[in-house]
Amino acid sequence: MKNFFRISFLIALFFGFQFNSNAAEKVEYLKTDWSFKGPFGKFDRASLQRGYQVYQEVCSSCHSMKYLSYRNLVEEGGPEFSVEQAKAIAASFEVKDGPNADGEMFMRPGRLSDKFVMPYENEKAAQAANGGAYPPDMTVLVKARGGGVDYIYSLLQGYEDPPAGVTLDDGVYYNKYMYGNKIKMSNQLSDGLVEYSDGTNASVEQMAKDVTTFLMWTAEPHLETRHKMGFKAIVYLIILTVLVYFSMKRIWSRIETKV
Amino acid sequence: MSEHEYTPKSKVGKWFNDRLPLLTLANHLTDYPTPKNLNYWWTFGGILTFCLITQIVTGLVLAMHYIAHADMAFQSVEHIMRDVNYGWLIRYIHANGASMFFLAVYIHIFRSLFYGSYKSPREVIWIIGIIIYLLMMAAAFLGYVLPWGQMSFWGATVITNLFSAIPLVGEGIVTWLWGGYSVDNPTLTRFFTLHYLIPFLILGLVVLHIWALHVPGNNNPIGIDIKKPSKDTVPFHPYIVIKDGFALLMFMIVFAFFVFYTPNILGHADNYIEANPLVTPAHIVPEWYLLPFYAILRSVPDKLLGVIAMLSAILILAALPWLDTSKIRSAVFRPLYKQFYWILVADVLILGYVGAMPAEGLYLLIARIATAYYFLHFLVILPVLGFKERTTPVPLSITEPILGGSPNLAAVKKKDSFKDQ
Repeated sequence: MKNFFRISFLIALFFGFQFNSNAAEKVEYLKTDWSFKGPFGKFDRASLQRGYQVYQEVCSSCHSMKYLSYRNLVEEGGPEFSVEQAKAIAASFEVKDGPNADGEMFMRPGRLSDKFVMPYENEKAAQAANGGAYPPDMTVLVKARGGGVDYIYSLLQGYEDPPAGVTLDDGVYYNKYMYGNKIKMSNQLSDGLVEYSDGTNASVEQMAKDVTTFLMWTAEPHLETRHKMGFKAIVYLIILTVLVYFSMKRIWSRIETKV
Repeated sequence: MSEHEYTPKSKVGKWFNDRLPLLTLANHLTDYPTPKNLNYWWTFGGILTFCLITQIVTGLVLAMHYIAHADMAFQSVEHIMRDVNYGWLIRYIHANGASMFFLAVYIHIFRSLFYGSYKSPREVIWIIGIIIYLLMMAAAFLGYVLPWGQMSFWGATVITNLFSAIPLVGEGIVTWLWGGYSVDNPTLTRFFTLHYLIPFLILGLVVLHIWALHVPGNNNPIGIDIKKPSKDTVPFHPYIVIKDGFALLMFMIVFAFFVFYTPNILGHADNYIEANPLVTPAHIVPEWYLLPFYAILRSVPDKLLGVIAMLSAILILAALPWLDTSKIRSAVFRPLYKQFYWILVADVLILGYVGAMPAEGLYLLIARIATAYYFLHFLVILPVLGFKERTTPVPLSITEPILGGSPNLAAVKKKDSFKDQ
């Protein structure tokens, strides 16, 4: 066993060294306290609703949200808009439906059962409108980026003037958190850009936090249920483990061997 | 094995048992004499059975909702995550279950290596185990392709392209595997079929693995042959059942932690981006459990030789019972082997680490050294060690090590301290 510790120590040292040398090259993401982190983490309802507002007024003109339906806005563990509010939100969009009895496609107001309306007809149209760059779908975006929520939160606030020596093409912007620092999305957030209906001051930081919270929910709509169920499951398992441990001791005490 | 003939008590039982001896089998399984000094490293066999069943059951449910089509696979996974009742739970159990399965199998394999469980008369158990391990890797790889994310697509492209290294027929084989000229819908549908098939092959082999185990019986931490049944053994039920159950519960707590609190930490973020044949990810990496072999593959500059090295790294294990020339099973009585064993463990961990890093500069150098050492361990160190090593005296039985004729108290003490860990 001594060898075991000796070797684990060497391995730990080796890995520690490697990770440190890697970390030195990386940019530290901006930190904020996320209400949904940790085993008891829950979404901040108000923040989700504000985040939806930011998504709707700012992001949704380019970024689709194709796996989300309007009904999701009502569901437990999400922004929990009232049914009336969600119906009104859905109805404010025109959805292409059909074909009708005459074989024609037609436009109608959105319903709760509809998926979020996409800003562009297809990927090519999105690219054409955005200088060749495709604005990624946002539904699972935070899970599709290595840094997760911290990365998105930082990126939204990471626009800077390029350092001397870096030249940018037209339609390319400098962002210190972007991989390779060059991004085709311009800075979207500025203080007071949206007017929050709950009166919260719409600073860049606040909007970045709200919209990132919203994106965390769109990526993991069952996060709250998962956390709650996980706590119950683990407590249950621990109690059962303790009971089984004592039964085991008792059974093995019939013969004189330690377990 | 069965020391006394079993007869069911009831008439109906006897009638049935004469026609199909299921009750005899059940009796054999409960009475099965097991060495009483088995430590917790021996509980992973039961844990692995649990993992297999979990994967099959969750997999069945997922297959009811999944759509194996290049245009719909990614979307159907999101449908499972969002709209299927507890779909997120089932999918996270299945995805993390693969990792837990490999974690357990690696512990199981390294336990075998430490205590010499692969040696005579258990070679067949060992070789069946290696085949199961190979099938597990195939199943895991195929399964990782199904969500049709970026890593799925590009991982499939990289791995299937390995076959193109075969001279003359390589390119043809790759086209045949793909069912076209690139990884596409036909590839996905056949991968789904095979992913569904393999677990049942594994299940069959597990039955053979356990059957083969029940012929000579379990090895044990001091690696000696024991009389069965005797003072050295306990019946499988309830002694081993409760102990395996306890260990399984501990394992499930770790499992639950991953599923409920960090369900995506073992996966790659790029797999939440839908597959796009036109965009190659910056780094294509396999899942963590395949990384050591990936490192071996990349450490050889030639493609064909790299593939051969990677395959040999696994197949060499099948020859292990004959490469290890030592008559002593347990490393407890092999002071030199014990050192080399831990060096091998470190070597494999290092290979896993460099497998996740870009294959360049220092990483490549480390990968090459570690690869060379891996083969050196099996091809040179083990055969030579069996002849050169001075082993410490082995006790004659578990209960009476000293009376049995071994005067070496140190060895006995060592054995005890091992048992207590």
